[in-house]
Amino acid sequence: MSAAALHLHPRLSGRHDFDAIAQWIPEGAHVLDLGCGDGSLLRFLKQTRRASGYGIEIDEVKLIAGVRNGVNVIHSDLESGLSGFESSSFDYVILSLTLQAVRHTERIVKEMLRVGRESIVSFPNFGFWRHRAQVLGGRMPVSRHLPYHWYDTPNVHLFTIRDFEAFCADHGIRILERVVMNEAGHDIHRLPNLLGALAVYRLDARPR
Amino acid sequence: MPDVLATVTPAPAGAEPGSVGVVRAQRATFDAPLLLRSAASIAAYELAYETYGTLNASGSNAVLVCHALNASHHVAGVYADDPRNVGWWDNLVGPGKPLDTDRFFVVGVNNLGGCHGSTGPASVNPASGRRWGADFPLVTVEDWVEVQARLADRLGIERFAAAIGGSLGAMQALQWTLSYPDRIRHALVIAAAPKLSAQNIAFNEVARQAITTDPDFHGGHYYEHGVVPRRGLRLARMLGHITYLSDDAMAEKFGRALRTGAIKFNFDVEFEIESYLRHQGDKFSEYFDANTYLRITKALDYFDPAADFGGDLTRALARAKAAFLVVAFTSDWRFSPARSREIVKALIDNRRDVTYAEIEALHGHDAFLMDDPNYHGVLRAYFDNIDIR
Repeated sequence: MSAAALHLHPRLSGRHDFDAIAQWIPEGAHVLDLGCGDGSLLRFLKQTRRASGYGIEIDEVKLIAGVRNGVNVIHSDLESGLSGFESSSFDYVILSLTLQAVRHTERIVKEMLRVGRESIVSFPNFGFWRHRAQVLGGRMPVSRHLPYHWYDTPNVHLFTIRDFEAFCADHGIRILERVVMNEAGHDIHRLPNLLGALAVYRLDARPR
Repeated sequence: MPDVLATVTPAPAGAEPGSVGVVRAQRATFDAPLLLRSAASIAAYELAYETYGTLNASGSNAVLVCHALNASHHVAGVYADDPRNVGWWDNLVGPGKPLDTDRFFVVGVNNLGGCHGSTGPASVNPASGRRWGADFPLVTVEDWVEVQARLADRLGIERFAAAIGGSLGAMQALQWTLSYPDRIRHALVIAAAPKLSAQNIAFNEVARQAITTDPDFHGGHYYEHGVVPRRGLRLARMLGHITYLSDDAMAEKFGRALRTGAIKFNFDVEFEIESYLRHQGDKFSEYFDANTYLRITKALDYFDPAADFGGDLTRALARAKAAFLVVAFTSDWRFSPARSREIVKALIDNRRDVTYAEIEALHGHDAFLMDDPNYHGVLRAYFDNIDIR
């Protein structure tokens, strides 16, 4: 399937960031999916892009789901780094809706950039107007992309599109491409930090 | 292709649900000489094996179960004349079990040099008419794989869907992917190490010394003296058991519990752990052959597929084509998860298909024989995905 065709069917995968990610993954790429959950992104990339590679997951039950999905899962704690992986050994390292849930953000981003030639990061935009409105109303936001309550959320570092771009600038990370979507999965071009619910970035792993 | 006999008869009424039921051991005789890694050779030999399930028409559903130190070809089910002798991996293998005999044709074989029916040190050496004893050659993991391949030929299995094993059994599954990369599609490598550490070898050496210094050992020719180096075997097994269990598992199972509730100030059995070790040692020395024990520990010590590649495991595993499932257990200190991760890293470096599970388990090295739900969940999911068309 071509990238263009994927782009025309934004709901193909069931998760909006999957399609954005898939359109950047060339046919046959070798990928590492950090925090792969039940392996559905890897399975999607295997089916649509004939990608190879591995997912990393810490939860035993999700790992079993990943095995059922027919993908390679490495049972490991991201927070302890990627020492089992050689530098630049993957075409793409993916952090799909995971960065906001990790504790050692800088360390993991550094490891991601070391292991991959390029990286893809997707995250829920805390600056989305609906989130802002709920905070203004005095409550922690709950939305399609932030579906948890304050007391049961796995997320530990919520951030906005502007926060992430400032982080990249501070850490010398070059942004190659960006896709911002609303809750329905449609691309947003105006006022992304206000109208965007989900952001997906393609990053250059080479030091600037 | 010779007929493959179904060795399984339907489970008798009252048998455990999911059991393969009553099974029968079979024997296969080989008279083509076998050149061993040590450069010694064996002119002819016999193997004891069992099979469960049915080999399908395309021969694509065969799974080899490789045994570790003290186990055998009796992987699952019971014998009609010995219903209490349940196969050593019966919780894994059977209809509806993770290794489902309704889908797979499962083969268990007693390794060459063993003492459960295959030719070994206690067998008669046709050249001398006496038992082999100390003259039985040292066998290696590579030799066992060679022998298993010959049995596969005999059974009409061109290519195994999978080979599975724990510990020393896992080393055989791994060796299969190196010796016969085109004859195995999946390797399930459980509680393994890519080679023994100095500490591992040290434990083996103490076990061997216990046996060889037993006055009843007679240089390995104890059969002729009508004795068995029982004390040595007993010590070897006691030592082994300490390394199979975790500190936490021992604490939970025995703690400092006393047999009679009070310290007696003597050297009889006082603590429950002493009683357990003595019982395990006694039991083992009743049925296991000391010369086999010596050889199996040596096979463990010698296993090191990276040795021919300057110690580079990544290069050593480059010739493997199979997909891998590697499983380790958090409390295993004999072959710790770090040892399994060495194998996983070498496979990832080679871009091979590999899934790695590090199961939270209390039981130490022995956890591979338990039926922890997540452990068996991973195995079941993995086997279910193996294509047998």
